[in-house]
Amino acid sequence: MGNYFFMMKRVMSRPEKYSMFFKQLKLEIAKIGLDSIGIVIIISFFIGAVVTIQQYLNIEDPFIPGYLIGLVARDALILEFSPTMIGLILAGKIGSNISSEIGTMRVTEQIDALEIMGINSASFLILPKIVAAILSFPILIILSIAIGIIGGLVGGQSVGVLTSDFIQGLQYEFIPFYVTYCIIKTIVFAFIITSVSAYFGYSTKGGALNVGISSTKAVVYSSILLLIFNFILTDLILS
Amino acid sequence: MIVVENIHKKFGDNLVLKDVSFTFQKGKTNLIIGESGSGKTTLLKILIGLHDLDRGNIIYDGRIFNEISLKEKRLIRKEIGMLFQGGALFDYMTVEENIMFPLTMFTDQTTEEKLERVNFCLKRVNLENKNQLLPAELSGGMLKRVAIARAISMNPRYLLCDEPNSGLDPRTAILIDNLIQEITEEYNITTIVNTHDMNSVMQIGENIVFIHEGIIWWEGNKEELINSKNKELNDFVFASELFKRLKKSS
Repeated sequence: MGNYFFMMKRVMSRPEKYSMFFKQLKLEIAKIGLDSIGIVIIISFFIGAVVTIQQYLNIEDPFIPGYLIGLVARDALILEFSPTMIGLILAGKIGSNISSEIGTMRVTEQIDALEIMGINSASFLILPKIVAAILSFPILIILSIAIGIIGGLVGGQSVGVLTSDFIQGLQYEFIPFYVTYCIIKTIVFAFIITSVSAYFGYSTKGGALNVGISSTKAVVYSSILLLIFNFILTDLILS
Repeated sequence: MIVVENIHKKFGDNLVLKDVSFTFQKGKTNLIIGESGSGKTTLLKILIGLHDLDRGNIIYDGRIFNEISLKEKRLIRKEIGMLFQGGALFDYMTVEENIMFPLTMFTDQTTEEKLERVNFCLKRVNLENKNQLLPAELSGGMLKRVAIARAISMNPRYLLCDEPNSGLDPRTAILIDNLIQEITEEYNITTIVNTHDMNSVMQIGENIVFIHEGIIWWEGNKEELINSKNKELNDFVFASELFKRLKKSS
């Protein structure tokens, strides 16, 4: 715990050279953001479709209005499915990638080489990843919500939900603050995933086997922390 | 010149270096030799601040390295060129980008100026026109030469080499040794080579220190080494039949 905060103190120092920082940032945005679009689209589409079908099958009472299916799908996606589930998926994909990349650099002495050149290796390697994730994750989550709703529409049509009812549900009593809450959660998740994974990679000792162990720890710990902070933030913001 | 004074280093209960004192001379190739586990890599890592020392001093041309702040240490480190055992080139960068990296970080040179310096360094290590290759596409010897090119790109005052010949065939190893010696003389820098390769010792050993069980057991040059009566040193240096014969013939 202390080592994590000690490392983060070094990470949060001013970049040595801004031109290099922005060059690294662009590369990281491509790796963390652009490369994750595909998986986010696929998962979000099917989650949206399944949530809608399950709502339809569970609501058989004729007195419950049909638009409720769209409303539930919308709120479920904004409040929980998109930020948390996509967050967990990204913890697996990006967390293991960051940890193994930095861990390999550690065991092959590339980090030592940076330090000997007089470069703050923690800041040089980790800060662009954290900033890239904080910038990319909200866009990915907004995309996930949009694709999830499209999935819900398609899934609903396949079981007989009226498109007009579904769209009415999407528009019914929309609370814009839910989106703010979703974005706040997403930014915190982005920070947790990148910093915790980077910490495990950066503190790797030994060889290839230890890189694998660090990578596994990175995914497990960042996922658990993500769920704990999901609970804390929901309690603080919504209740 | 780098001076180490009374260095002690412990890992847990294991005392790795005991009262080590030595002067690494400027313009010479200084060799640290010793068996695996003798403490020579620890000494090299202490010299560059990758390990903290428990007691003693490291003095870089009058500057006490272990007593200054991290910020000041970084300034000294910018004067050090380091050649790691595995090369430690950045995987995702080409040869050109690897050599250009310190120039980009610490100078305000234009791209043309940096490119000119990169090409000069590559020519110095006989690797012209390999700019666009990735480290994964290089042989072991080429990898070491690119690492040397990166180490000299900033005109270092000190060149530190950790097992520069490990994993290389004898011919390539001699090329690397000669290159290190030529660069040392050409730029009049303080070079420290950590090795257990006896060919290197015979090739470039101008100022040699033998570490045994964490203690400086012997120091001298290659001629003195051949004629030494020190038992531990002789057991280490003349372990192979070839060197035993060399000793007899001398």
